[in-house]
Amino acid sequence: MFAVFKISGSALMANSQRMNAVASNIANANSVSGPDGQPYRARQVVFQMQPLGDAHSTHPIGGVRVSGVVESKAPFKRVYDPGNPMADGYGYVNMPNVDVVAETVNMIAASRSYQANVEVINTAKTLMNKTLSIGQS
Amino acid sequence: MQTALALRQRRMELLATNIANADTPNYKARDFDFKQALADAMGISNGPLPPPKLTLTSERHIPGEGFGGTNFSPKYRIPYQTSMDGNTVEMDIERLAFADNTTQQQAGLNFVSSDIQRLMSALQPT
Repeated sequence: MFAVFKISGSALMANSQRMNAVASNIANANSVSGPDGQPYRARQVVFQMQPLGDAHSTHPIGGVRVSGVVESKAPFKRVYDPGNPMADGYGYVNMPNVDVVAETVNMIAASRSYQANVEVINTAKTLMNKTLSIGQS
Repeated sequence: MQTALALRQRRMELLATNIANADTPNYKARDFDFKQALADAMGISNGPLPPPKLTLTSERHIPGEGFGGTNFSPKYRIPYQTSMDGNTVEMDIERLAFADNTTQQQAGLNFVSSDIQRLMSALQPT
């Protein structure tokens, strides 16, 4: 009966984690050096379906969870900037491999997904209130 | 009517799962035919066969019963447009199905509610 709240709630959590990853990527789009001395690498969350109850039942419903965060393997962008203290011998600086446009698109998709799930929760709540008031005038 | 409402509830959970997993790679959207499921649940269709039983020819035989077909079997949706990550959720179709399901469930709840109210008004002293 309350499975809808669990399912859509898990989607809200997953999408807010996705938003956090996007925020981190956009904020660090120009971070030439991280704690390990390397330029920042873009991070992406990986979604996975999480069945509620028995995974092998004929009615596998379930929410979604973030199964992991992967770092992008894309090469760093090399920018010619000899004045930069991080520049190598040839005057090139390794910049983070964050694709800001793709991250913006990702953010919009995450927020739309979040909205859709909020709507599902609201609808389920309305229906549940209606069920509770059966027979009342 | 209770069967219909219970099935509506299960369909809502299924559609909520589809919407929640709209971005999960390799997730396949599922749904079921409400009319068929209701007919199966009410036993007015030649849908699933009853569970098979062992014939007992001696009183020392152990009675056995097999598994019958379940009357509830969600099918995979056939996507109109495929996506690279193997996900078959199409948000507009899911939202449409969800809205349709919600309206029908509200109608069902209204029917039940008005049934009870009619009963109450019949019980009222004039």
